[in-house]
Parts: sequence; C-alpha cells; structure tokens
Amino acid sequence: MRRSISLYSLTFSLPLLIWQVLFFVFPLLFLIALSFWTVRNFVMSPDFDPVNWTTMYGRAVFWQAYGTTLALAAAAAALTSILAFPAAYAIAFKLSDTARRWAIFLMVIPFFTSYLVRVYSWQIFLSDNGIINVILGWLGLGPFTMLNTVGATMVGYLTLGFPLVVLLQLFSLIFIDRTLIEAAHNLRCGRLRTVFEVVIPSARTGLVIAALFSFILSFGDFVSPVYLGGGEPTTLSILITDTTKSGQQWPRAAVVALTMIGTLMIVAFGAIKFAYRGKST
Amino acid sequence: MKFTNGAGTGLTRRSLLAAGGAALAAPMLSRAAFAQATEITMLAWYGHAEPDMVAGFEAEHNVKFVPKYYTGGDNMLGLISQSPPGTYDLILSDAEYVEALNAAGYVEELDPNDYPLDDFFPEFQNFPGNWRDGKLFSLITRFGFLGVAYNTDALTEAEASSYNVFWDPKLTGKVGHFDWHLPNLGQMSLLNGNTIPYDIDEAAWEAVKEKTLSLRSQIGGFFDYGGTFSSLNDGQMLAFCGIGDWITGVLEKNGAKVRSVIPEQGGLQWSECFSIGKGSTKADLARKWIQHTTSAAGQAQTAQMAAYPALIPNARGWEALQASNPDEARRQGMTADAGNAMDLIRSGRIQYRQWPIQQDLETWNDFWSEYKGS
Repeated sequence: MRRSISLYSLTFSLPLLIWQVLFFVFPLLFLIALSFWTVRNFVMSPDFDPVNWTTMYGRAVFWQAYGTTLALAAAAAALTSILAFPAAYAIAFKLSDTARRWAIFLMVIPFFTSYLVRVYSWQIFLSDNGIINVILGWLGLGPFTMLNTVGATMVGYLTLGFPLVVLLQLFSLIFIDRTLIEAAHNLRCGRLRTVFEVVIPSARTGLVIAALFSFILSFGDFVSPVYLGGGEPTTLSILITDTTKSGQQWPRAAVVALTMIGTLMIVAFGAIKFAYRGKST
Repeated sequence: MKFTNGAGTGLTRRSLLAAGGAALAAPMLSRAAFAQATEITMLAWYGHAEPDMVAGFEAEHNVKFVPKYYTGGDNMLGLISQSPPGTYDLILSDAEYVEALNAAGYVEELDPNDYPLDDFFPEFQNFPGNWRDGKLFSLITRFGFLGVAYNTDALTEAEASSYNVFWDPKLTGKVGHFDWHLPNLGQMSLLNGNTIPYDIDEAAWEAVKEKTLSLRSQIGGFFDYGGTFSSLNDGQMLAFCGIGDWITGVLEKNGAKVRSVIPEQGGLQWSECFSIGKGSTKADLARKWIQHTTSAAGQAQTAQMAAYPALIPNARGWEALQASNPDEARRQGMTADAGNAMDLIRSGRIQYRQWPIQQDLETWNDFWSEYKGS
C-alpha cells in the first residue's frame, strides 16, 4: 500500500530532517570537500587535489593506527558486553521492581560527572604509587605498571561505555517474554543453557546495539588513549591531533576523520543487519 | 494621609518604595558600571589573562581582558585565519610562529620607541622574527630553556646533565615525551652534536632519526600539557624529554620532587612575543599592555606567572624580581651570579627552538608520528 505524505507526518518528521541536514549532512559534505584542499605555509586554500588521500593512505603509520584502533574498539565492545551482561541480567531478572529502579538510577549517575574527570581519577588508582599498588603492597605484591598501558586504556573505555551498555542490555532483557524462559525450564533446560539458548537469542537486538554503542564510543575516543594509555599505541584520534600539529594540515586530518566515519558506518550497518536478521520489521 | 507600618518607625510607603526601588536598581547600576569597562581580547597560551597577570592592569585602565587560549602555534594560526581582522587585540605567539604572523599580515607594526627596548639585554633587542625589513612587528616578553626534566628522587643532577640519561636502563618505561616533535627532535639533534640543531643536512637528519628510534623502548608515554604535569607529579615518569622549567618550575613550587637541568650537550630556548592584532580597534590599549608587560615591574610579574614561570629579557626586570622575590630570581637563575641564564646563552649552550631549515615541518612531524607508532 502506498503511503501518502500528510501535513501531520511532515510536522513531526521535518524538524528531524532539517536537523540531520544542518548538523550531519552539511558538515560531512564540508569535511569531504576539506579533504581535497591544500595547505601551503599554514594557509589552507580550496582545491581539488587528492594529495591528502594518497599521502595519508600511503603512510604505514596510518594503517598501523587504523588496525590498532579497530582492534581496541572491538576488544572494548566485547569486554564491555561480557562484563555488563551479568549485571544487566541480575538487574532484569533477580531484583524487585524498586531495586531495579534504583539500579537504573545508579547506572545513570556516572553521566552526571565529566568523563575527563573520571578518567583523571583513574590515574590515582592505577599509577605506580596509586591506590591499587599501595593495597597490593600491603599484601607483599607489586608494584605493577598499570598506567600508560593498553590495559589502562581499556579501563577508560569501560568507564565510558559500561553504564550505557548495561542500560541498553537491561532494556532489552526486561522485555523478553518470560513465558519463553518458563517453557525452557519446563522442558528441563538448565539455567545456564536457558541463558544461552533462550535469553541471549531473544535479546539479540539489544545486546548487539549495546555492543555497537561501546564500539562507536571507543573507536573515536581520545581521552582514554591519551590520559590512561600514555598516548601509545597511536590511535586514529591521536593521529588527527598529530596531523593538525604539522602546519595546519586539517585536510589530512579530514582524511582520517572520513575514514573513521566510513568505518563506523560499515560496522553500524553490519551490526544492525545482524541484530535484526530473521526479524520482520 | 500618611501610611505608616508602625508608630515611631518613620517609614512611609513612599520611602519604602523608594528604598526598594533603589535596592532593586543597585545591581543594574553596578552592571552599568561594569559595562563601561572596555573589553580587550587576547589570544594566548593559558595563564596570560588570568587575574594574577591582568587584575592590576584591568583596575588601572578600567578594561576587562577576554582571553582566547590556544594550545600550540598551529592552533593559534588556525584561530586567527578563521577570524575576521580585529577579532584579537593582543596576540601572544611562540617566536617560531611570529614570522608566519608577519607574512600573513595578521599583526600591526609597532613603534620601537613605545617600548623599553634599551633596558633589554642586547641579545633580545633585535630578536629574530620580531623585526622585518627594519620594522618591528612583535616584542619578546618572556622565554625559557628546555633541557632534561627529572625526578630528584630517581636521578642526581649530575646524572641528568646529559641527554644520554634517557637511555639509562633504570629509566626503561619511565621516560616521557612532551608530545610535540620540535623540542624532542631538537634535543636529539643537540645530542648528535649538531651546533644549530634545526639546520641539519639530510645525513644529519637521518642520524637524528636513527638516534631517536633507539630511544623508543625507553618511552613510557607521549603526553600533552596536562598529562605531562600529572605524570611528573605522581612519579609515573622519572625523566622527561622536550620540556623545561616552564613545567617543572610550577611543580617544584608546589613541592613535587622534579627539576630541570640544561645538559652538557646544551638546551633549547622557547620564546613568547606579543603583537597587536591587525585591525584592532583598541590598539592603544593593546600598546599600553605591551608597555606594561615589558616594563621592569611587568617583567617581574610575568616571570612569576602562576600558570608557568619564565625568564625575562628586560635587565631591569631582573633587578625588580631580585628585589621583590629573590628566591624565585635565584631559582630561575636571574641573578648577577656567574652561570646565570644570560651566561648560559652567551656561552653558546642554548639554541633557539625553531622550524627545521633544511627539511620542511611536515617531514619532521611525519617522522614523529612514525616514531610514536614504532
């Protein structure tokens, strides 16, 4: 059936469309144009020269940073999802309604404070003379180098994504049809098997979307790799700042940014396709 | 008929309304008084328009500084190029970027007679980049040295007095880089024996790259301004390449066990210069500010800036600092004693930080990215 466009539907959809065009499409088009500009003596001039693309794509350090960023973000998405699931599961199935509301409230609280501040506070825990090493010292262990490592970067990614992933998983889990779980139990399906055979497949869409958000947030994050990872290994976000320090090379930074946007779009479409596979819309 | 709210108070409704009206209007009056203060815009590194630096000048001239802080010369040039002429009345720039400001026509010409240039040490009266074709476009107001920054619990001054200390096995994973190619690679170039570290031929550049790469396994991280402070302060990094007293001086004053030393291979000099922005409608006030900050008293003040301390080019400023804060004058080496900051320059142990001369800036930066990723 062909849908007619009514004034009513336009009233609600137009603001969103205008918003997207103004704040996503226009900047994106500008970014694409910028990537073909040239820079001479710190002055950018409009041009149509592919030199920035060939230069950036011809550099080993770019692909190294790309691979590192992709791997770190994928690891963060997997780790966050695995760690968040038991929490979301417990909140969804084991807590009373009141306790669940409190748990949701507690998961929202981290968003009240700046991410940068939370990351800086991790330094106090993770440094060589930090809280964790002091406690380990009491037990006769350590000190262990934790700050300025990939592990510390991962802690930062978890700080960024964990509360959101728990919430997204939770909203997916609480809408699972409980009769399916009861049916599984009635058919003598064990608890663990029920989780893997019934709960996870039923909540697949939410779980994948949650992991996707974790991936997106980690992929573009600059704060954790710099302040917890000590700036190494170089991620794409760090490469952008490095590039702009080389005589106003914003066009080359635009190449990195567009590559990041392209990658995120491919991952997002792939994830959404997987999330909704086999479901009628 | 007289309305009163009580016998003997003498408070009439009219007087009450008048008093209330006056009370309500008072904030507006004070706002009007504030509004009269002329706003003057300053593009600078963080700290230059903070109260410890500008409060006195603001009160004296009834002005209000509106700062726009940047991090790095590229950032500064980007901000200027994206703003219409007249956006910034005052521009503070690192010396290596001053020529770019001149070349792009972003700054007004200055009259040398307006400023106490005769009080400056001779080395700073014709400071490179400040002049072009015999015309003055900017004025150096502060500078500092970059050497080896170190944790005093981990290293002695004698140990830190060579860039080779960065390769010391006991510092593996504990050497930090300030994340900017220019000072780090300049120091590597000094270590390789290049007299003018930024004017090196291809063979010397290859040798600098090789030397730098050999340091990679010692490096614990690449840090920005904030990260450099915190990693030195909490002892996470025990030695630092590419910085100097502008970082460690602040930490030292707050009790951290860190210091900077100019090693035997020599150090680098950073320099900050003030200019008046092209098209400024408050050029007169901007001129007064530069006069203030280059005066003896203003120089003593800027030497002790809370955000980061610096050396000063005005000899009378040294005297003013020695009189007002002899400890700080001694700490920074701005005394009449032998081996002071000027002696370091005059003995040839200090070289200007500048853009590479025989390679382009991109070449150095691209190598820096590769080094970080290696």
